[in-house]
Amino acid sequence: MELARVIGRCVATVKYPTLEGVRLLVIQPVSGNGTPQGAPMFAADPLQAGPGDLVSWVTGREAALALPNTFAPVDCAVVTIVDHAWSDAAAHGVSGAAP
Amino acid sequence: MILCRVIGNAVSTVKHDCYTGHRVMVCVPVQPDGHTPRGGEFLSVDSVQAGPGDLVLVAREGNCARQILGTAKDPFHSVIMSIVDEVHAPIDRGMAR
Repeated sequence: MELARVIGRCVATVKYPTLEGVRLLVIQPVSGNGTPQGAPMFAADPLQAGPGDLVSWVTGREAALALPNTFAPVDCAVVTIVDHAWSDAAAHGVSGAAP
Repeated sequence: MILCRVIGNAVSTVKHDCYTGHRVMVCVPVQPDGHTPRGGEFLSVDSVQAGPGDLVLVAREGNCARQILGTAKDPFHSVIMSIVDEVHAPIDRGMAR
């Protein structure tokens, strides 16, 4: 489960039947203070999130469990729209760059 | 299970129903010294009343998370399962990287 900023939408006409009606978003994973972290991904969205929203997302089997049809071929899904997140690594004794 | 430091939290109003009543914390994986980061920040659901600054053990795997937090069909992926008092790892074999 990680934080991400929604940076766009994805429209796909031809898709596997169980994906019909599932919204797809382009998300940029971010750290707790909003710094981009890794490459953008595509995520299923059962919550009506939109571009600019801060969201949390899950991968793996849990992604499909977030959808109304839990037997969908999805490996990344938005599970919450985040109102507010904060983190301060230095203030809690963690310093230095991650590898 | 991985060793992490809790460094913040996230608050959401619109969420999957299963997240209602759970606290979501921002965690960063750390080396056994407890201070050196070894990966990017991520979110984890709290089950032990952990708070910012605490050193914790986190399971980043859905089945563990669902066993602790919910039912078999809830989309939990990560859970804080213990607050660590102390880590003894005196021999550096380079395995923690």
